[in-house]
Amino acid sequence: MSEIMQEKETTLYLGPQHPGITGNMMIELKVTGDTVQRGTTHVGYLHRGFEKLMEERLWMQCFPIVCRICVPEPDPNEENLARAIEEIEGREVPERAQYIRTMVLELSRMATYLLWMGGQSGSAGLYTMPQWTVGDRDYIIDLFEELTGGRVYHMYIWAGGVRRDLPDGFKDRVRKVLDYLEERLTDYDRLLFENAVFLKRAQGVGIIDKEKAEEWGVVGPPLRGCGIARDVRKDEPYEVYDKLDWEVITHEGSDVYSRAMVRRKEFEQSISIVRQVLDKMPEGPVHNPGPNPLKWKVPAGEAYVRTESARGEFGYYVVSDGSLKPRRVHVRGPAYVHGVTLLEKMLKGMNIADVSFIMNSLGTCPPEIER
Amino acid sequence: MMNIKGALVPFSALKFLGKKPHTVRYPIEKKDTAQRYRGFHFNDLEECIGCGTCSTICQNDAIDMIQLDGIEAAKGDSGLRPRVDNGRCCWCGLCVDMCPTGSLSLTDQYLHTSPDPDSYLLIPGKDNPEMKEHISFVKSDSEPLLQFDRVPMRELDGAERVKSFAEVVLGYMQEEARAEATRCVDCALCVTACPDHMHIPEYIGAIADADDAKALKYIYDNNPLPEMCGKVCTRQCETVCAIGHLGEPIAIRWLKRFATEQFPDPAAILNPVIAEPNGKKVGIVGGGPAGLSAGYYLALRGFEVTIYEALPKMGGMTYAGIPKYRFPEDSLDKQIGYMEKVGVKMVNNTRVGKDISFETIRKENDAVFIGIGFHIPYTLGLTGEELENSIQAVDFLRDVNLGKSVDVGKKVVVIGGGNVAIDAARVSRRLGAEVTILYRRRVQDMPADWEEIEGAEDEGVHIVPQGIPLEVIGNNGKVKSIKYGMAEMVADDKGGRPRPVLIEGDEHILEVDTVIGAIGQEADYSFLPKDVMDELKIERGRMVVNELKQTSIPDIFAGGDSVNRTADAISAIADGVKAVEGITHFLLDE
Ligand SMILES: Cc1cc2nc3c(=O)[nH]c(=O)nc-3n(C[C@H](O)[C@H](O)[C@H](O)COP(=O)(O)OP(=O)(O)OC[C@H]3O[C@@H](n4cnc5c(N)ncnc54)[C@H](O)[C@@H]3O)c2cc1C
Ligand code: SF4
Ligand code: SF4
Repeated sequence: MSEIMQEKETTLYLGPQHPGITGNMMIELKVTGDTVQRGTTHVGYLHRGFEKLMEERLWMQCFPIVCRICVPEPDPNEENLARAIEEIEGREVPERAQYIRTMVLELSRMATYLLWMGGQSGSAGLYTMPQWTVGDRDYIIDLFEELTGGRVYHMYIWAGGVRRDLPDGFKDRVRKVLDYLEERLTDYDRLLFENAVFLKRAQGVGIIDKEKAEEWGVVGPPLRGCGIARDVRKDEPYEVYDKLDWEVITHEGSDVYSRAMVRRKEFEQSISIVRQVLDKMPEGPVHNPGPNPLKWKVPAGEAYVRTESARGEFGYYVVSDGSLKPRRVHVRGPAYVHGVTLLEKMLKGMNIADVSFIMNSLGTCPPEIER
Repeated sequence: MMNIKGALVPFSALKFLGKKPHTVRYPIEKKDTAQRYRGFHFNDLEECIGCGTCSTICQNDAIDMIQLDGIEAAKGDSGLRPRVDNGRCCWCGLCVDMCPTGSLSLTDQYLHTSPDPDSYLLIPGKDNPEMKEHISFVKSDSEPLLQFDRVPMRELDGAERVKSFAEVVLGYMQEEARAEATRCVDCALCVTACPDHMHIPEYIGAIADADDAKALKYIYDNNPLPEMCGKVCTRQCETVCAIGHLGEPIAIRWLKRFATEQFPDPAAILNPVIAEPNGKKVGIVGGGPAGLSAGYYLALRGFEVTIYEALPKMGGMTYAGIPKYRFPEDSLDKQIGYMEKVGVKMVNNTRVGKDISFETIRKENDAVFIGIGFHIPYTLGLTGEELENSIQAVDFLRDVNLGKSVDVGKKVVVIGGGNVAIDAARVSRRLGAEVTILYRRRVQDMPADWEEIEGAEDEGVHIVPQGIPLEVIGNNGKVKSIKYGMAEMVADDKGGRPRPVLIEGDEHILEVDTVIGAIGQEADYSFLPKDVMDELKIERGRMVVNELKQTSIPDIFAGGDSVNRTADAISAIADGVKAVEGITHFLLDE
């Protein structure tokens, strides 16, 4: 201890661009040697004030806005907003649309995990993985392009259902991509999940205090990586998750490795979920229309809905005063907890080289912090 | 301990060294976009009506509506076209899904780089006509955002209707009216088509917002007979409704009717402010919609107004012509009663030229408004037309409306294809007759409102299209039957509408008790003294007026059927409203 005390403390600014995140965010590190003594997160590089913006938009106009709250994973935003409105309105969603939404959400989870695999490996200095997974993610993005007309921002799930039905032959093309990705998992295992370098970097590193995790608001893979089986899809099933066969995945260890393994297994599980969705999807309409968007008033009321996004529980609190525009849309994303409050706690004593690496494992998304 | 396997497995990636990459090698190879790709906009400028809905829905304010060379404003087309700022657009495609004509689409084109900011402004369709072949994201028929189906109107059924003169259309209930009003996209193209330029989007918006009183205020701003219009208007507005391009137009007429019917006494809502008397007097000849409208707004402006009407009640053809099952008399009374409250003096049973001279009126007033309508029917020009029971629709309808007992016998033939013919036919059905309409052209050529034609058919009226009357045959001075010949439609060499030409030998006889002619009317100017007649400019039976409805004689204004060719109530109202401007300008120099 006395040795550390004698070393001079220096300030290191990590970011706003750095490999630990998608988006921009800066961490001010007080370090001695290569050990972090404390760190402060600085956000504000992306602030677009979406929540406020929506208070001045027609309900329909909010849909092209919410998807931008999280670049790598826009779909839970669309689904949440749609479902919150549907709950206030009491609007039914056709069954087929619910299946399609579930498929979109799982494909979105897979795409996000692929991007995460790239980021996680990249921040460990393993550069082949990002080339592969970003490329493979494009196969999912291609599917989105075909389904929705947009690659990254889909603007596809909206109140009452989804915007368009599946194109002809779409299911087959989804299956093909699933088969391909399933096969690729072996390669990912070899390059990342079984890679000695990764294991060395990830095991026992970035430990979240399991006892405190829930109290702190940790969700998603970081929580399940503490061996705690929490998943909104099971705890409060939405869309058609309760009609499908799947179990919540957990992994003991509370470290970067256990979080990685949760994602790794969930990726595989998503393949199975999407296959089930494709098999079970009924025929029928995909949209239960509402009023003319220019005169659409959502009845006064409020709703809080949640989705299990790739980064964990994602919630939308939507309040309507019965007018043409939302009174309030509050977004509760996991990145705020993971990337700010939890991270600041964890930074203490961390190796500088691990900061980005650990941030990746927490799934930090600055755009969502700054919605 | 060293993880040897973990150190070796990553080298398996080496096997990919020899494989073909998955990526597209741009620019040698281009990416094929998906069929629904949302790239830059394209607009079919012919289909586009400049409604601006795309601009309204865009949450990024990326679209503004601009004037383009070669595109003129017209009825149902603002003449404007959208321009997209690709620096703001996020290609959400809401504009495409909201476009009521389907003219707007997104293409598979998505690359544009330039240091010139202006180059990001795209006038779809004009700047990129070649993109028509690249359309990819189009409006969906199965998942529409706009509501193309009208809230159906409840009506008495055909069998029930013919038993009485009860009103056929039952009117919207509150929920129905709100739902129907909600379909409107506020483009205001309807306003351009309404002869009276009523504040349509405003009152529809108020109805959607459940503020019917506000709707009524907007409505009364330039129409003092809105309940009548709400029931019988020819609704030219609906013909240009943006929603009507791919769906059923908003039921503008029924919504106006709904708003007016919510209030038994308009005065209680409108609290009209009547200006201090300005000392000027205006005499009005004819208490039809034209005369009444001029009278109402003149009275509000402090003029002393007197309307002279030959019939026992005000309303003109809406009282004496339009049957009660379409426009009940209590509704007319309510509207006239309100005008009286405002101070319009109404002198009934007074025919100008007989009971009082035109000269007297002109002398006693500072200006005169003539709204005498078209009350003299055209004759058919057939042998036998003078027979008893060969009558004219307007006379017949007036007699029925004024409560005279009329006997048309068991079988009636009505000649003509306009609204008056249909009215005569449907009234005859209600008097218990079997009715045939004989019309020269095809059903689709009938000038009558299609809803009226359908209504007549529902009530059991038989329509014989392409039938030309040849002779009314009598017996003992009474009608016995009618002879008519069938016609074929011959294309017009000059590009006009096809003409009916008699087919030689294809003649028929129809046994009838009454023949009702309904082929049009003209004005009766006999009340005007010679010096006025000499000076008054009349063309093809109609008085010629300027923008402000002033005739060739400065203190004489005119409007309604005896002036305009549209010959409907709303045009007459618009004339009355305009004449108020003219008279105010003339007398007060305002
Ligand atoms: C059978 C029928 C059905 C119709 N249905 C519709 C419909 O559904 N929708 C629609 O929009 N329009 C309809 N119309 C047309 C509409 O009624 C007329 O366009 C409108 O009433 C014209 O108004 P106006 O004020 O010009 O003349 P009018 O309504 O004809 O009124 C003129 C008035 O002047 C009076 N008058 C004439 N000469 C004198 C005089 N010398 N002294 C005193 N008074 C005089 C007449 O008695 C009459 O009351 C219909 C017309 C008829 C005949
Ligand atoms: S919404 Fe369609 S029809 Fe209306 S202005 Fe835009 S492109 Fe033209
Ligand atoms: S695509 Fe979306 S952002 Fe672009 S102009 Fe249309 S509505 Fe606006």
